[in-house]
Amino acid sequence: MALRLPSKVLKHILSFIDSNEDRNSVSLVCKSWFETERKTRKRVFVGNCYAVTPAAVARRFPEMRSLTLKGKPHFADYNLVPDGWGGYACPWIEAMAAKSPSLEEIRLKRMVVTDECLERIAASFKDFKVLVLTSCEGFSTDGIAAIASTCRNLRVLELRECIVEDLGGDWLSYFPETSTSLVSLDFSCLDSEVKISDLERLVSRSPNLKSLKLNPAVTLDGLVSILRRAPQLTELGTGSFAAELKPEAFTKLSKAFSNCKQLQSLSGLWDVLPEYLPALYSVCPGLTSLNLSYATVRMPDLVELLRRCSKLQKLWVMDLIEDKGLEAVASYCKELRELRVFPSEPDLDATNIPVTEQGLVYVSKGCRKLESVLYFCVQFTNAALITIARKRPNLKCFRLCVIEPFAPDYKTNEPLDKGFKAIAEGCKDLRRLSVSGLLSDKAFKYIGKHAKKVRMLSIAFAGDSDLMLHHLLSGCQSLKKLEIRDCPFGDTALLENAAKLETMRSLWMSSCFVSFGACKLLSQKMPRLNVEVIDEHPPKTRPESSPVERIYIYRTVAGPRMDTPEFVWTLHKNPEIGVSKLAIK
Amino acid sequence: MSYRLLSVDKEELDISPPGLKVRNYFGLSDCSSVDSSTIHNRVQDGEKTSNLNFKATELRLGLPESQSPERETDFGLLSPRTPDEKLLFPLLPCKDTAASATTEHKNVVSGNKRGFADTWDEFSSVKGSVRPGGGINMMLSPKIKDVPKSIQEERSHAKGGSNNAPAAKAQVVGWPPIRSYRKNTMASSTSKNTDEVDGKPGLGALFVKVSMDGAPYLRKVDLRTYTCYQQLSSALEKMFSCFTLGQCGLHGAQGRERMSEIKLKDLLHGSEFVLTYEDKDGDWMLVGDVPWEIFTETCQKLKIMKGSDSIGLAPGAVEKSKNKDRV
Repeated sequence: MALRLPSKVLKHILSFIDSNEDRNSVSLVCKSWFETERKTRKRVFVGNCYAVTPAAVARRFPEMRSLTLKGKPHFADYNLVPDGWGGYACPWIEAMAAKSPSLEEIRLKRMVVTDECLERIAASFKDFKVLVLTSCEGFSTDGIAAIASTCRNLRVLELRECIVEDLGGDWLSYFPETSTSLVSLDFSCLDSEVKISDLERLVSRSPNLKSLKLNPAVTLDGLVSILRRAPQLTELGTGSFAAELKPEAFTKLSKAFSNCKQLQSLSGLWDVLPEYLPALYSVCPGLTSLNLSYATVRMPDLVELLRRCSKLQKLWVMDLIEDKGLEAVASYCKELRELRVFPSEPDLDATNIPVTEQGLVYVSKGCRKLESVLYFCVQFTNAALITIARKRPNLKCFRLCVIEPFAPDYKTNEPLDKGFKAIAEGCKDLRRLSVSGLLSDKAFKYIGKHAKKVRMLSIAFAGDSDLMLHHLLSGCQSLKKLEIRDCPFGDTALLENAAKLETMRSLWMSSCFVSFGACKLLSQKMPRLNVEVIDEHPPKTRPESSPVERIYIYRTVAGPRMDTPEFVWTLHKNPEIGVSKLAIK
Repeated sequence: MSYRLLSVDKEELDISPPGLKVRNYFGLSDCSSVDSSTIHNRVQDGEKTSNLNFKATELRLGLPESQSPERETDFGLLSPRTPDEKLLFPLLPCKDTAASATTEHKNVVSGNKRGFADTWDEFSSVKGSVRPGGGINMMLSPKIKDVPKSIQEERSHAKGGSNNAPAAKAQVVGWPPIRSYRKNTMASSTSKNTDEVDGKPGLGALFVKVSMDGAPYLRKVDLRTYTCYQQLSSALEKMFSCFTLGQCGLHGAQGRERMSEIKLKDLLHGSEFVLTYEDKDGDWMLVGDVPWEIFTETCQKLKIMKGSDSIGLAPGAVEKSKNKDRV
């Protein structure tokens, strides 16, 4: 006899469940649980905006208050997806405006957002509170002004690394004259100057402001004046630190920072002169997050700063920190959970990248809580990877970018197979992995077999053959996103493991050997996948065997896309392509 | 050393060199509309068979050639554009007879159809700050497992080099994987720094592409960083000495054994290679004929050609190359 919980009780229970993964599981139990769950879900996450229609989402979740959407494939960040591919926010905003007017929060990543879109948001959602745009493009500061002026209850407005047509700093003056409810404002990606007086007044009338990230156009003087008005900030992104070094300026800055007793996160610091760093010393002991990745500060000034940051959990820094600096981090920053080391000279020919594998080894040994790594360096060794895996089995995210393509273990000249095997085997909770360097098919056999929880895998310039892809698609039980560039495999592995693709969010392959015929066949056989061929050549003029430049395959219940540009070929859009001549297995 | 070529259907070509395969990882191929029959992508010892059809110039055994002009794929980065160029690497099946001569390089420039790069240039909008010196993105060649090591060796030479010419920077699309936002931000700040450091007048860089027959990818050099031919020549020597031979090693160990260690220097002095440039009129000339200042103004592209290829150049050029032979 099945026990049936009254829906009220179930509702109450579900109100404690926030995680969408758990809620997805709940909704699979039975129809009544599905119904109860969908009527109580407030925060909706759509990882691929083309996987489902906006109307379907609005219909299913009538109580939706927060929507998070992702558009372009991740490799769009590195210019591998041509402009105009898609990821338009408008259809979603239109649909939500009509069906979910109580929407309060919108978070978009890698999407094309227009000013009209932003104006629609401002006009349609009466209680709009949160807008976070990450790596988006297509809008101007006019759109921002619309949001600022119309959304009276706006709490969060964050533009993170967006490409914005900057028409000037006026938008800042559009916030309501009376006190605002702003908690977080991030305009660090805008270029043009904002009037400091506007900013000062805004800050003064925003008593709830906790997070403020300025753009590089804001000077040191401006920063000082802002800090005086907002000593309650917990997150600060400074403007440009480049200014003539005057003794009074330094003292003022120091004093302003020392008043910010609640500061936990610091970023910005463009062009920071080492002479100004001591002004930050007073906040260092309280910092949990420090982003120095735009600061061209070198050793030993870096160490002087870092050794005071004993509570630091997140550190983003440039390779100017050198191995020495990382050794210092390992001894002073014992709470470190996330480390990202970016190259100061991101060129293939860079010869003097001052971090080596040793730096990462230091941190792995010294920082017991380390769980997330992004590391750029020129070369690596298997021994280092093995040590890292042994010392830090709690790693959740490991992204190693050996800048030199195909670089072997420089001490033994072997591929880095053994090293990544150790990582896959040893770090049992690994969820995200990016591999690089010289790797044979063996490496992927290990990864396929051992990396049971990896959800996202990024691969470039690796492998020997189709086996590589086969290992990954037939292993890697939790794989959701796979992105591959410049690897030597093609159709066989893809077609043999076609069923796997329906369990994943997406697969991206560029500059590999997937033939046009295989794409067609996959399209025909798997109607619940969208197979997009992103290629300049019209399919008719190509033989079936010719390799395509890029393919992007994703599962969808929304059917084929209607907004594909010229250079994206799908079977639906281009039925004249015809049936694949490949033998159907 | 063996070299892997495309294997193609016998129906299509008169020649089909047996057992040779090539990989082209960078599908910026300009495929013709010739139909090929069966698709057969099987994996055998890491070799791939695929009936790729490229706009063919010639089939060669031996050293890989960087035949056709390069293609730029520029997604959103500004670059000084030389349109309609494409890099096809390494070898292209020949539609003509097998014995076709090797002098066709310079003619390939014309008649290329409009590349995807040009199409994308329409789509791409220039956003954010512009990278100084332009960002010409090229595709990296097929796996060359030995190159990294030799690049490292070559770089350590370069560091201790006698002249002060800075090494030019090779570029590959989207690699290393850094967000454009970050690249743009850093580029603008480093350019600020270098201007201050060098104290140069704000002329800006003058980047020209340098290709070499047989090299897997292009380089760029900033002509303004040199003041005479000697500096340019030394810099190029250092840059390309690792590319002289033997990029056939698909499996590290085997390839390395087969790779011989001839340096570019030796080759240049042995006059196997000559340095040529394309001027504003599109003619290929031998480098060194004109005064340096005029050269920097007219040079569009540089190419390190095989001595035999320079036969088609201006008579004066041939003279010079002959003279080099004698030396």
